[in-house]
Amino acid sequence: MVASVTNLGRSGLYDWVIQRLTAVILALYTLFLLGFVIASPDLQFAQWQGLFAQTWMKMFTLVALMSICAHAWVGMWTISTDYLKATAVRFAFQLVCAGFLFVYLVWGIDILWSV
Amino acid sequence: MLVSVYRYNPEKDEAPYMQDYEITVPGNKDVMVLDILHMVKEQDPTLAFRRSCREGVCGSDGVSINGKNGLACITPISEPTKGKMDKLVLRPLPGLPVIRDLVIDMSLFYKQYEKIKPYLMNDKPAPAIERLQTPEERAKLDGLYECILCACCSTACPSFWWNPDKFVGPSGLLQAYRFLADSRDTSTADRLAELSDPFSVFRCRGIMNCVNVCPKGLNPTRAIGHIRNMLLNQQV
Repeated sequence: MVASVTNLGRSGLYDWVIQRLTAVILALYTLFLLGFVIASPDLQFAQWQGLFAQTWMKMFTLVALMSICAHAWVGMWTISTDYLKATAVRFAFQLVCAGFLFVYLVWGIDILWSV
Repeated sequence: MLVSVYRYNPEKDEAPYMQDYEITVPGNKDVMVLDILHMVKEQDPTLAFRRSCREGVCGSDGVSINGKNGLACITPISEPTKGKMDKLVLRPLPGLPVIRDLVIDMSLFYKQYEKIKPYLMNDKPAPAIERLQTPEERAKLDGLYECILCACCSTACPSFWWNPDKFVGPSGLLQAYRFLADSRDTSTADRLAELSDPFSVFRCRGIMNCVNVCPKGLNPTRAIGHIRNMLLNQQV
């Protein structure tokens, strides 16, 4: 058993499941948006805003946003523990990643609920 | 044929270098890479490499042959040279410290092997004769028990290169599954608990370098998949 305190779920299996689950959610979200754009050839701002004004779409987008953050954290954490051998550099890289993801999430929620 | 060999003697050399030898193969036969190494050794007795059984059983002579890991004793020279038999480049297995020339320090590889407890553990009282298995239970060990610990797979794995102290590696994990799949072993839960961290098993990204190089034709990636499924069944 190798101990680790900075990965998402304290267990390799948890991270692995989260990575796959969030990938499915992101694929569904991407396909839905793509389908919406294709199905609306004369897409105007009002229609786009109307889509995001609905509560279910806000929820769907929020889940996708949280999925991106979890997915990216597992991936970036793995990259950092593979390639960055100096602890200080690795920790700094992880802090920067966590900072960016936190900002993206809060900013995304702010945008979403302002629609 | 031209044979380029990695040379490094830490007592004499400041840095490793490649040394070229011109070898004439008697009768232009398709001999094994190990035979070539012996011919080089006749020319230059200072060359160091490991070998023992010379028939692919002991796993001593794993080397990188024209960029691909393999056992020198069972690799005919026509294979890495694609039939041309013109040039061989021999290097030590990558990713582990070099002791001298083609001899590597396999301590980390063995440490990972030790970590998976490669022996049967059974908490039930021993029967009078032996612990029996059905032919079906025994068949589950096929493709697992044949590993000879030559380290060709683990040293071909980038995940093992980056974390040889944390990631068990394909060879160790193949052995881990060999004991997880054994009907005579009763410590499955403990074994799985030891493997569920983010490094031991989950560093495998399934690129199958291990399958590509295994001289015994085994499939560590599939064994790792089985371990992952066992963890899933146990913990989800």
